[in-house]
Amino acid sequence: MRAGIALLAALVLAAAAAPLAAAWLGHDPFLPDLFTRFEPPSAIHPLGTDDLGRDILLRLLYGARVSLIVGLMAALAATVIGTVVGLLAAWRGGWLDAALMRLADGLLALPALPLLVILAALDPAALGLPRGEAVADILRIAALLAAFGWVGVARLVRATALSVLARDFVRAARALGVGEARILLRHVLPQLAAPIAIATALAVGGAVLAESVLSFLGLGIAPPAPSWGNMLANAQELVFQAPLAALWPGLAILLAVLGCNLVADGVARRR
Amino acid sequence: MTRLILWRLAQIAVTAAILSLCAFLLIALMPGDPIDLAIAGDPRLTSEDAARLRALHGLDQPLMARYLAWAGAVLQGNFGHSRLFAQPVAQLLGPPLLSSLQLLGLALLLAVGVGVSLGAVAALKPRLAPGVQGLALLAQAVPSFWLGLLLIILFAVQLGWLPAGGGPPGDSSGGDGGGRFLILPVATLAFGHLAGYARHAASALATAMAEPHIRTARAQGAGEARILWRQALPNAGVPLLTLAALDAGALVSGALITETVFARPGMGKLIYDAVMGNDFNLALLALLVVAVVTMLATLAADLAQRWLDPRLA
Repeated sequence: MRAGIALLAALVLAAAAAPLAAAWLGHDPFLPDLFTRFEPPSAIHPLGTDDLGRDILLRLLYGARVSLIVGLMAALAATVIGTVVGLLAAWRGGWLDAALMRLADGLLALPALPLLVILAALDPAALGLPRGEAVADILRIAALLAAFGWVGVARLVRATALSVLARDFVRAARALGVGEARILLRHVLPQLAAPIAIATALAVGGAVLAESVLSFLGLGIAPPAPSWGNMLANAQELVFQAPLAALWPGLAILLAVLGCNLVADGVARRR
Repeated sequence: MTRLILWRLAQIAVTAAILSLCAFLLIALMPGDPIDLAIAGDPRLTSEDAARLRALHGLDQPLMARYLAWAGAVLQGNFGHSRLFAQPVAQLLGPPLLSSLQLLGLALLLAVGVGVSLGAVAALKPRLAPGVQGLALLAQAVPSFWLGLLLIILFAVQLGWLPAGGGPPGDSSGGDGGGRFLILPVATLAFGHLAGYARHAASALATAMAEPHIRTARAQGAGEARILWRQALPNAGVPLLTLAALDAGALVSGALITETVFARPGMGKLIYDAVMGNDFNLALLALLVVAVVTMLATLAADLAQRWLDPRLA
């Protein structure tokens, strides 16, 4: 738990400090410099440079901003949707519960990646959205990942909410004439804090991983904006010239996902 | 049992039908109009010609009418033509599907084999449990495409022992030289999925080993190996099959990305190429086939679970 929080905090700090590092090292991670291509690690370029002569460490730090923001936004959206759906299904029961859970089962039984590939390849202009800007890319990918990520949260929330709703204090509150909305928000929701925290932590890790896969396939964050996934895609084309360039972005993804899983594990063990 | 299977098959058919409708509508939103692409190849075509072509192929109809026409043709066994390969799409699916199933099957075997062994080690030798747990955490967090890339760099670029990717020349579905091309992709895919099996096997075996019938078997003088194989593992098999059923979608997704990293001619590459090449018929059918195969695999795992534990049936 502590190791996970420390890992995530270190990554967030590193991402926040990206402009500071850029100012200190004194180069621009977005500007190609064809005189410094494939430089080995040195004092000026701690992790060397890529095929366009850009500093790999700085791109990694700026990529952390994109990857972590996409992961956080997707996970938060998935958590909100999943909590509402799970709570509603458990509280209402009946056909609504059956319909929502069949939908969740259906989404869970399908292989997500080919669906994501098709969804990510949609023309944003056809849906009336702006095309090709980094911010629009981030929002688009986060929305896509949330559309698949809510299922896990909803199932976990529903299962816990069902058992909480059957407890005596809920029946006591009902007998005292407390309104249903108040029961759900004040009596049931606080009991769900732990499962929601676990599901959110896992969802952040999953979203960071999924974003990197989509960007790796060229369907996520479009270059020149760096993300860990598109840096890896770039490194794959250059395995023969610069094998080391493939190491760092993957290590960053690994640490981010590991941090999230450790936090989720820690919360689960505390209960 | 027969009723259950029929009911589940009906569910799969309904899901596939809904998915085909959603995918059809979504694919229509992808960039690249088929007629625009076709007339780009011939500068003499006028916009009247384009309109005539559109009417000829029924592309001037509303989306729902086009979907119904497509679905009607599919129900008669006509899946349409591939734009990229200029062949009926049904003929294109065989070899990639075989190649993907081969990768999936071998990776699943390896993941279950190694995962359950690690779980058994953790359950029987508590001293080694933290090590297994750490390995499982690591395996769960490693991005599989990055692992594939590292394996390529190590074994193909630096050491030169194994091919970096692709398939054996000519035939893509195994053959004599196919094994060398399978080692790295299978290892890559299996590593990410063994974590779940190791964790579930460890906890299931620990539970199973604490049961009274194990003590009875010990008292009767059965050896530890026999107890593990005959008494504990069958009981631990049920949660493992639950996991296999839940994991089927993720495993298929993993296989598709692994294929892309290693440039293996399988379903993943086919779907990716079809989406990138505006090959709507091919993308749609390949997506449906992958989805149906995944759901059938889930069903198979569910049935095996019921067979192993009659209380569930």
